[in-house]
Amino acid sequence: MTTATSSETTSTSYTPVAESLGAVVAAGEQPPRPSALSASITFGWRAMLKIKHVPEQLFDVTAFPVMMTLMFTYLFGGALAGSTTDYLQYLLPGILVMSVVMITMYTGIGVNTDIQKGVFDRFRTLPIWRPSALVGALLGDVARYAMASVVILVLGLILGFRPGGGLAGVVLAVALLMVFSFAFSWIWTMFGLLLRTDKSVMGVSMLVLFPLTFLSNVFVNPETMPGWLQAFVDVNPIAHLVAAVRGLIEGQPDAGEITWTLVSGGALLAIFGTLTMRLYNRK
Amino acid sequence: MSTDLAIETSGLVKVFGKTRAVDGIDLAVPAGSVYGVLGPNGAGKTTAVRMLATLLRPDAGVATVFGHDVVREADAVRSRVSLTGQYASIDEDLTGTENLVLLGRLLGHRKPAARERAARLLDAFGLSEAAGKQVKNYSGGMRRRIDIAASILKTPDVLFLDEPTTGLDPRSRNQVWDIVRVIVAQGTTVLLTTQYLDEADQLASRIAVIDHGKVIAEGTPGELKASVGAGSIHLRLRSADQRPEAEAILARTLGMEVQRDADPVALTARISGDESDVGAAGRASAALAELAGAGIHVDNFSLGQPSLDEVFLALTDHPTEQEAAA
Repeated sequence: MTTATSSETTSTSYTPVAESLGAVVAAGEQPPRPSALSASITFGWRAMLKIKHVPEQLFDVTAFPVMMTLMFTYLFGGALAGSTTDYLQYLLPGILVMSVVMITMYTGIGVNTDIQKGVFDRFRTLPIWRPSALVGALLGDVARYAMASVVILVLGLILGFRPGGGLAGVVLAVALLMVFSFAFSWIWTMFGLLLRTDKSVMGVSMLVLFPLTFLSNVFVNPETMPGWLQAFVDVNPIAHLVAAVRGLIEGQPDAGEITWTLVSGGALLAIFGTLTMRLYNRK
Repeated sequence: MSTDLAIETSGLVKVFGKTRAVDGIDLAVPAGSVYGVLGPNGAGKTTAVRMLATLLRPDAGVATVFGHDVVREADAVRSRVSLTGQYASIDEDLTGTENLVLLGRLLGHRKPAARERAARLLDAFGLSEAAGKQVKNYSGGMRRRIDIAASILKTPDVLFLDEPTTGLDPRSRNQVWDIVRVIVAQGTTVLLTTQYLDEADQLASRIAVIDHGKVIAEGTPGELKASVGAGSIHLRLRSADQRPEAEAILARTLGMEVQRDADPVALTARISGDESDVGAAGRASAALAELAGAGIHVDNFSLGQPSLDEVFLALTDHPTEQEAAA
């Protein structure tokens, strides 16, 4: 424990010097208030620093997507499409969406544990744009979502997936996915503020995410489903997101699906962003 | 609203479920001084501070910081206050430098300015060596210091220190006290909550004693002490046999209860603070003369001011005196 010993030495040998302390206090000029964007980016930088210091937290955006992709390709491939290579061509855009959407739930858990500690008290006493702490945390999460996307796409290419839309299609698809996931994550920030423990946040997240991701077009074409289920898939925003992403990756962008995705993303942001901020201000 | 008041509250109330955590607090904190809020655990100190720092919404009453309402003008209040909470309000995963640069950026400094200010603060707080270490590896005293450093990145008009020395060793506690004195000397108003009476006595120019969400006494440390009596006299007799007789004489001449100390030759008596006659010293010397006249040999004696501990016990444990003082 060399660190502990050396920090103890620093602690005991310190004598506050009135002059130097006074000089720093007096020099505390009043800079202009930062813009909403700059405050949010600063909080995003904090999220990056946390990844740097606690790299273990990247497990969910690396190992988890790899596991999902491998598991479902080889589990369903033969039965659903005759061969795993053919199925991968259909599944990969879907599993990309599913993995990223599932990872968004860690946002709520992160917000919840962050707020248990005192540091949010300090953020909330700063004269800054109120949502910036949460927006910044989400910007950090979007970076994590991007990492997960790259992992899945690289794995897919290794396994034999070939995107018809080329690099441009893939980039646009991932961009759309990031935008939607940013909006979607506000559901979890709301639960993160609403529920008392990170375990309950996890429980609620599962309850919402499983039906939304499985009852969709991620794994199979909804045409084989019973009518009532098709009706659900038709209004499921995740299904529209999958269709839009799949179209872009395959090089056949579907303007309708893209619009649907952007509109539902905007609606999610408006509703859950507002609810989140209301809870955040009252906490 | 008077301009020389930094903080003013009236009838401040916060209810959690059935508990009235803060039950009608009135405070008037003069600008440019240390104001102590003294009370035991659960008295409502932290809740009151959180309302003043805009973290909690009061259920009733009004609170202003330099004339700005903490609810309606929360943003104006936030730009003038800083809070060092009871639990470290610092990100433990980040290093000392990263924490200060982060907050400097959030206060509007550009990156080079934020870095420079962080380095100067770390240096002034004796944390240069630990600047690159994660805060979770800091000792308790270092953690407190970085927390206070974070609070004065931008010199606040009002600094809330919520139990800044709880759990610190005496040396670290003295360091925090010295830091507080320097900050106040620069013109910042400090509102300090504490459960340590000597801390309030050392730092604060006025003290509010809080219990069960209510202010039960308010004044300068001297006034509070005077409210429980002028002081006390402590005697050591030559012989333990004479103690009962000495006790009787003291009780008669001082008119106050006399306390037998654990030491069989020692006695302690409170001296009442009424202004009718010769004062505390006169009463004490009269009592000593009586003892000498009765042939009781006093080896040594001392006169003392009541400690704030005595004030606190008198205020919180005895309902009648509580009313008298409030």
